[in-house]
Amino acid sequence: MIDISESVMQLLLALIVVGPLLGAAAALLPAPPGLKGKSPDQAVLRHGVTVTGVILIAAVVLALGFDHGHPATMQATTDISWIPALDVRIHLGVDGISLPLLVLTALLTFLCALYSYFKQQHQRLTPRASGPSPKAFVALLLVLESGTLATFAVLDLLLFFLAFEMVLIPMYFLIARWGGAQRTQAAWKFILYTLLGSVVMLLGLLLIGLKSGTFDMLALATDNGRGLTTSVQVIAVLAIGLGLAVKTPMWPLHSWLPDAHTAAPTVGSVLLAGVLLKMGTYGFVRILLPIAPDGMREFAPYLAAFAVVGIIYGSLACLALARKGAKGDLKRLIAYSSVGHMGFVLLGIASMTPTGVNGALFANIAHGLITGLLFFLVGALKDRTGTTDLDALAGRTGQALYGKAPRFGALLAFGAVASLGLPGLAGFWGEMLALFGAFDPAEGLSRPAFLTFMAIAAFGTLLTAAYMLVVVRRICMGDPQEQPQQLADIQGYEFAAWTPLVALTVLAGLWPALLLSLTDPAVHKLLSGGKA
Amino acid sequence: MTTAATAAQETTSLVQSVDWLAIAPPTIAAVVGLLVLVADLFVPEQRKPLLGWISLAGLTAALLSLLPLLDGDRDTFCLTGDAGVCSYTADRFTVVIQFMVLAGALLTALLSVSPLKDERLPAGEYWFLLLSSAAGAALLPASRDLATLVVALEVASLPAFALVGLRRGDRRSSEAALKFFLSSVTATAVTLLGVSFVYAATGTLHLTEIATGLTSVDGDLQTLARTGVALTLVGFAFKTAAVPFHFWVPDTYIGAPLPVAAYLSVVGKAVGFTGLILVTVVAFPSYAEVWAPVLAVLAALTMTAGNVAALRQRADRDFSAVRLLAWSSVGQAGYLLVPIAAAGYVDDPADAIGATVAYALMYAAVNLGAFAVAALVARTAPRNRLTDYRGLYARHPLAALALGFFLLCLAGLPPGIIGLFAKVTVFQAAVDAGLGWLAVVMALNVVIALYYYLRWTAVLFRTPEGEAPARVRARAVPFPLTAAIVVTTLVGVALSGAPQMVLRFTESVLF
Repeated sequence: MIDISESVMQLLLALIVVGPLLGAAAALLPAPPGLKGKSPDQAVLRHGVTVTGVILIAAVVLALGFDHGHPATMQATTDISWIPALDVRIHLGVDGISLPLLVLTALLTFLCALYSYFKQQHQRLTPRASGPSPKAFVALLLVLESGTLATFAVLDLLLFFLAFEMVLIPMYFLIARWGGAQRTQAAWKFILYTLLGSVVMLLGLLLIGLKSGTFDMLALATDNGRGLTTSVQVIAVLAIGLGLAVKTPMWPLHSWLPDAHTAAPTVGSVLLAGVLLKMGTYGFVRILLPIAPDGMREFAPYLAAFAVVGIIYGSLACLALARKGAKGDLKRLIAYSSVGHMGFVLLGIASMTPTGVNGALFANIAHGLITGLLFFLVGALKDRTGTTDLDALAGRTGQALYGKAPRFGALLAFGAVASLGLPGLAGFWGEMLALFGAFDPAEGLSRPAFLTFMAIAAFGTLLTAAYMLVVVRRICMGDPQEQPQQLADIQGYEFAAWTPLVALTVLAGLWPALLLSLTDPAVHKLLSGGKA
Repeated sequence: MTTAATAAQETTSLVQSVDWLAIAPPTIAAVVGLLVLVADLFVPEQRKPLLGWISLAGLTAALLSLLPLLDGDRDTFCLTGDAGVCSYTADRFTVVIQFMVLAGALLTALLSVSPLKDERLPAGEYWFLLLSSAAGAALLPASRDLATLVVALEVASLPAFALVGLRRGDRRSSEAALKFFLSSVTATAVTLLGVSFVYAATGTLHLTEIATGLTSVDGDLQTLARTGVALTLVGFAFKTAAVPFHFWVPDTYIGAPLPVAAYLSVVGKAVGFTGLILVTVVAFPSYAEVWAPVLAVLAALTMTAGNVAALRQRADRDFSAVRLLAWSSVGQAGYLLVPIAAAGYVDDPADAIGATVAYALMYAAVNLGAFAVAALVARTAPRNRLTDYRGLYARHPLAALALGFFLLCLAGLPPGIIGLFAKVTVFQAAVDAGLGWLAVVMALNVVIALYYYLRWTAVLFRTPEGEAPARVRARAVPFPLTAAIVVTTLVGVALSGAPQMVLRFTESVLF
């Protein structure tokens, strides 16, 4: 949209990846004079807002400078040799697939930093038990941001693996130190599951690299699997797919997710759902579809089957949690709904058609926005009431948010209907396109099987609507007289942190072409092996 | 030297020429060791620390003497009849391993300065033994005949037994030394038996000659040669602490003074796998079908045994930190064996060997660093339990960050990037050799290892226990200990930024 020279674009992308790391190192140092602020805690949280803010601005400028006429070509590319012995190159670049994810990551991390800063400011007035130091919190948050941004920006298989691993340690500590009940077990479960998946993924990546002679994703994607025999591709897809499926998470490898979400602090949940899960699906699109298409075709029906089981399973788990007397945890419920939503994403990918993959990428972004918002809301609800237990919140008739805190209630209802895929909001398009993709899957895939999958997935949307509406009824409606506890309505800072998510959800819902025009050419190119 | 060499050749005398520059590194270490032993007799009690500084200077000089060897390969102690067959070769492989061994010994010496004073260990003997052992370890990678190899192995090991048992009047120390001694001597005896078989089958002790000799062994002697090859490996497998020769490790490590345990875990292991590489890849390449599967199975068993045992360590047991490091070093030895096994399956073994060398360099730096921080903690908590590390970040923030970094390097997770990429090269060697099952076993082990490394790391950053130990006046950290931690951290960070520094050995020809 605006013309920026290529070298500036390169610098911007490098800054986006490296900047948070430098910021993390700076966060651990004592604040320089003049920036000390009111207290060390406030100074370091403000530092976090500044750094993530700069990264967000850089990401937005990058998006503006991106040549929207050619979203299929890699832009702002840097290609430097790093470890010649392993043929690892620092190869960075963005195209229409990675750009939206980069911006989403930068945005969500910034909102998280902003939220933490103002929350601390707000709570300073009310004394509370001293938690662990926010210094480490900010440093970990920034390392996490760097790792996720790097995952979406690198174009080298081993570098991708490095970035993929980089998020583990910060997320582990975020859950284990700032989390709620059962946090230690949940953090262990998170890291062991993901690591077990990712070492297997490493073996697959090495297999591809050794058999084809390069780790460069662009070269491999242009090759479109021609340099790899089908048996190598099958093994590679199995190994890499396993690692990515744990991260996504795909049923039945999802069981770390509800625990991690339930225990994680609000900010951790938002980033986990909003950004970390996308790393798995991004890997499917960026690595497996173009590099090992034959192997992918072999596994696509199974992937789709697991995906639809995930959709149904997630929805049923949510329905069970939302029942009266089930003692369901609201965070856990949203986590299970994520399993269902990611099922749609996987179904879209498994169809191996441009429509399905576009839908998957769209659903990725939509899920990041909507679920991020929902976790923010539930976190705020927990701060106010001290619980996320649905039964305790709802009481006999309902929590009656509409009556006590109308804006809060309206926002929660908005998040819920966006999540169930109401047309006109972001959640709708991705899932519909994924279903379209399954309706007419790529050549070589069994159409009857995919039609069945589509039918089951469509039924899943109904279940999703059912439990979301139950949640809205039990939290937002009810008799205010029954619930004497007072609830503060939305504060200014909460408004600031959440409005961008609401606005983007509406924008993406009303104007899907904004996103699809970016992803569509790039997806066509990926699926056709760089010929388009 | 060249004039001497030509003169020797003209007269075809039986006296071999000596290239003093080539043999300088082990020689300097040995000579300084003897010097310290003699000086010990004349130095008054209160001036004993002087011996330590002499030893440090000697090891530094030995390290510096590696510099002239960088410009090209040198051979010495060659046969007067055939100049191509030599007993001592200073090629790139030799220089790299000598650097690792001598630098490891130097760091050990830095760690030893203050325990020597605090625990009243006999300084003269200690430094003499350490330097002698380092001299043997530096001689080993250069040896190119089986006799020199075994002599070097013994020169490296015998002083180590005495070092382990140096704490006079400590029952555990003597017991550890005896255990270490008996099992090591048995292994060496078996190796000697193997060497004699190989000599009987081929009629030579020089590694390259053996390699050609083994390709045309008489039909009757086939079994003898085969048995000889297998038995020769035993002594070296013992030093690397491979299964089933790993039982001595934990008891020896906790019985020995902490710096000696650090020395054994790095230099002792380097001796073992260097010997293995020389014997397998240089001497017995034609018998790869014998040793390669054996080593592959040993690697899998070793890493699994080490990691599972490390996983089962109870945190509140005495010396659990050292015990954990001991078992984890067994696990790491398993990873080191993987590329050596892989070398038996590929046509060009140099790449695979490079992976072992690169991994060993990374392991040496971070493991010594971890031991250095353990030595720091041992100053205030002599029982050295894992629970003593709780809240280390509050007491020594930088030491805690350093230890966290070392542990993550050993685990192979960012920010320990060098640990990650060193593991990648090992995986690559395995996948390249078609050892998919071994790669999968190793992958599982990496996850097991992560669990206990990360558990330890997490403990460092937890809030200290209630009784406010921070109020206890922390003793000033002695300079040599600080220097050891700083040096290892800098090496680890530098390698993480530019892994090419060690990983280039996987693509360049070491032999």
